Amino acid sequence: MSPTNIFTPASTPAESIFGLSIFVLLTVAAIFVVVFSLLAYAAVRFRNKHGDDRSEPAQVYGSTQVELAWTVIPVLIVVALFLAATRVILAVQNAPHPPGALEVTVTGHQYWWEYRYPGLNIVTANELHVPISDPAHPTPTFLTLLSADTDHSFWVPRLGGKTDLIPNHPNHMWIDPHEKGLFLGQCAQYCGTQHAKMLLRVYVQTREDFDRWVHEQQQTPQAGASVGERVFRSTACVNCHTVSGTPAKGKFGPDLTHLMTRDTIAAGAAPNTPETLRLWIKNPDAIKPGSKMPAMGLSDHDLDAVTAYLETLR
Amino acid sequence: MGAISVSAPPGNIEWQLPSRGRVGMYCLIAAESAIFTIFVVAYLFYIGKSLTGPKPSDVLHAPIFYTICLLSSSLTIHVAVRRLSAGRIMAFGFWWLLTIVLGGVFLFGTAREWAHLIHDEGLTISTNLFGTTYYSLVGLHAFHVTMGLLALIAVAAFCFASQLQREDAERVEILSMYWHFVDAVWVIVFTVVYLIGI
Amino acid sequence: MSANTIALTESPARPLTLRLHEWATTVDHKRLGILYVLYGLIFLVLGGIEATIMRVQLIRPHNDFVSPEVFNRMFTMHGTTMIFFVAMPLVFGFANYLVPLMIGARDMAFPRLNAFSFWMTALGGLLLYFSFFGGDGLYGAGSAPDVGWFAYAPLTAKTFSVGHSTDFWTLSLLSSGIGSIGTAINIIATILSMRCPGMTLGKMPLLVWLNLVMAGLVILAVSPLSAAQLMLIVDRYLGGHFFDTQAGGSAVIWMHFFWIFGHPEVYVLVLPAFAFASEIIPVFSRKAIFGYPVMVLATIAIGFIGMSVWAHHMFTVGMSAGANTFFVLSTMAIAVPTGIKIFNWLATMWGGHIRFATPMLFCVAFLFQFLIAGLTGVTLAVAPLDWQLGNSYYVVAHFHYVIVGGILFCIFAAFYYWFPKVSGKLYDEALGKWHFWLFVIGFHLTFDFMHVPGILGMPRRIYTYEPDRGWDTWNLIVTIGVVFQAAGILVFAANLVWSYFRGKRAGNDPWDAWTLEWSTSSPPPEYNYAEIPSVRSRRPLWDLKHPEDPDWRYE
Repeated sequence: MSPTNIFTPASTPAESIFGLSIFVLLTVAAIFVVVFSLLAYAAVRFRNKHGDDRSEPAQVYGSTQVELAWTVIPVLIVVALFLAATRVILAVQNAPHPPGALEVTVTGHQYWWEYRYPGLNIVTANELHVPISDPAHPTPTFLTLLSADTDHSFWVPRLGGKTDLIPNHPNHMWIDPHEKGLFLGQCAQYCGTQHAKMLLRVYVQTREDFDRWVHEQQQTPQAGASVGERVFRSTACVNCHTVSGTPAKGKFGPDLTHLMTRDTIAAGAAPNTPETLRLWIKNPDAIKPGSKMPAMGLSDHDLDAVTAYLETLR
Repeated sequence: MGAISVSAPPGNIEWQLPSRGRVGMYCLIAAESAIFTIFVVAYLFYIGKSLTGPKPSDVLHAPIFYTICLLSSSLTIHVAVRRLSAGRIMAFGFWWLLTIVLGGVFLFGTAREWAHLIHDEGLTISTNLFGTTYYSLVGLHAFHVTMGLLALIAVAAFCFASQLQREDAERVEILSMYWHFVDAVWVIVFTVVYLIGI
Repeated sequence: MSANTIALTESPARPLTLRLHEWATTVDHKRLGILYVLYGLIFLVLGGIEATIMRVQLIRPHNDFVSPEVFNRMFTMHGTTMIFFVAMPLVFGFANYLVPLMIGARDMAFPRLNAFSFWMTALGGLLLYFSFFGGDGLYGAGSAPDVGWFAYAPLTAKTFSVGHSTDFWTLSLLSSGIGSIGTAINIIATILSMRCPGMTLGKMPLLVWLNLVMAGLVILAVSPLSAAQLMLIVDRYLGGHFFDTQAGGSAVIWMHFFWIFGHPEVYVLVLPAFAFASEIIPVFSRKAIFGYPVMVLATIAIGFIGMSVWAHHMFTVGMSAGANTFFVLSTMAIAVPTGIKIFNWLATMWGGHIRFATPMLFCVAFLFQFLIAGLTGVTLAVAPLDWQLGNSYYVVAHFHYVIVGGILFCIFAAFYYWFPKVSGKLYDEALGKWHFWLFVIGFHLTFDFMHVPGILGMPRRIYTYEPDRGWDTWNLIVTIGVVFQAAGILVFAANLVWSYFRGKRAGNDPWDAWTLEWSTSSPPPEYNYAEIPSVRSRRPLWDLKHPEDPDWRYE
């Protein structure tokens, strides 16, 4: 039905939450049915049938036993729910770090995601690749969450609950996806104009595919002398973007070294095709109005050249 | 259509309720306490967290003399109120003025401390976390002292225009509660800034 | 009608300017109450327009009805308006009008403070809406704040919120905050110091108790918001670093300060709603409220516990497991006294002779809806569930269920119940029922179905959404509900206006009720009571009407 349905978990944190939610929903549903029925019954059964005869029913001021009953029972329910919640809180927040775990540092920006794999020397943006985790021999991915500007929140519902990215307040979360495939999500803490288009794409791959991806990402392309590359370097592009192996070392925008290995651009706002890439460089506001990338005012010739250059960044 | 008269059978009900002025002042004090609590919490939370700039132990010197002045003013205002309740207007005037002077001296001391911090130590509200929280907390308190002083001066003006009588003692006492509150806040601010935070 | 009765329609001889001047300078609690309520109704329409704009934008994915900038201003203004300039004025308006009457007093404790508080609140609303015109002006689509109604740091720092839009938010709420605290002081002083003889605390109507606790919460909760806003001004204009993460400041501490206000605030809004239900349900069930002492204790418990749950708004922020667990417990705990209240209202209806006039219809709907709202709240109190559902449309659905389905429904009930007293006329019952059914249908279409997109992963505060997420149909249904709600409000407004001018005359006591306000004329004279009443039980008029079986024998 929906690729972001919290009730179709594919990773342990999401599964623990799902299990807990069944218990909680059944409990509140039971409470609802009981109280709703009593209310509906009262509304119908005790409708005034005495016309306007001004007779008053028996005045009942209270009953200590009844009050006690409907205090004690809710307290017991509260205790049960509290204990169930605590169990999952501890399981998720205090999960151990097994040795095979992958570490990724996620930095939230207005309006894109920066991913660094410190142990693997990889820097990428917006599309997170992680290996599938076998429940028998878990290989979870631990995310350290930072922010370069305002508050953000990492929410991929099928993989886990959300955790916020807050400047000067590093957070941690983990996922261990049990299925391969593409998992969707988006930023879940209002961060400014384009909060709505700060989308998340998590690619869960088999160990072989993931290792192949890692290897690709670790390559440094050769710097060249194409027209496009010269335009890229002489325009302000290098102030914001990094392309390893070249003088472009900007950190404000996404790392473009392996741009062509990504399916989308602008944090999921548009597919990664030559046409949209060209449009994005020409006028970012046409795709994501209010994003922090300025229109560079390039001529059509330069636009074509730069796009062609970027298309070579595998 | 006239109103129905609702009266229970007469009995000698002693019906005494707290004075509304007193209740109102307690409520105001509660609200102000809540505001100060937030500023105190911020101060405590940020102790030691400044990334740069002067530290409290480098630049702060506990204002003992000015504190004694302010706290003494609680005594003098208490005496003033007692005199007014006893109908001794002249004595009231003396103790009341003394209170105002002591409060004024305290404010002068704060101004002096700030001038020193700004000009000699380079500490302003924008210097670092310490500067921000220090000036905000001490400044908020000084603002309340100022408001209190203005109210006290207004009462002094009434007194010297011969408009104040023994019957006004309750109202003046309620005002003095505000002054005691301002002094109590200083005890806390002093402790947090000059004792805990150093 | 006695010569001293306030006639809301003055005789034609008095010029309009004089009448307006009287209203503008009034210190009479009844007139100030009416001013608050009219003010709240006007802003209800403005907030409703903002909501409608958002819902039209979200009716389908990738819609372009408004730009992202405008949408972000809409949700900020909608939230800020509804909480501070609709719900609070309505609540204070009814409290102002009813509390002195119900305790047998002639006015509030501090009538001039009362007027000052109203005008400070009014100024706040005007300041906030001036933001649309200020700064860039209409040409630049204005500078209304766009940081969300809780204005998280560091989005509100000068770096990220350029211009003055955030300052309009801050200053308008500082102004209305002063008004709120002033009113709260007044309410407490009035209730503690001006009750008529015989009315001990244990004999006050529940409405008075609930407003007393509400006022206490305002004093303890609005002040922290004012403090935080002063800190924000220091950051934005004096170069301070309270929330400046680059200088070592904390964004999280803003959240703590805000929610220490923000959570008790919802109790400030809901306790008066409970107050209305606690007066109306007994009268229309023809029975005394069941369990008065327990209702009082539950209210006080809610007040206290309500001050300790705030960080359940911060479960995703990265607090320790210990902190998260504590707030799960405190939040669950508050469900207990709240549930007890629902059971007591139910028990009041039980064995009664229930009459379903419009006020009672709204109260019964309130009971059903508040039950659901409370239960979705329980699901959110379970922190791990909040990790999924927090900041999603499930939360938006939950709190609208409380505020619209709970609080607003009770406010509607209160309008209909006290309209005869305030205006001296009876409202049209048929129109009242039309309002009810239209609004119920609209409310459920919008807010029942709104839970689903949240469960399917839709975060809040997004100006558009992707078509591949499965959210489309749900958003469409949610938007359709708006039409019915708007229709209901129109019928309501029409009823108020028509009945005020053409309604049948109401007597003192059209509902055969039991509290003191029904003993005076409709509308009451300016001085409320020619002779201060004295009481012997919680239902003085019941005692008068049933001298053979008075309440004071049983209390």
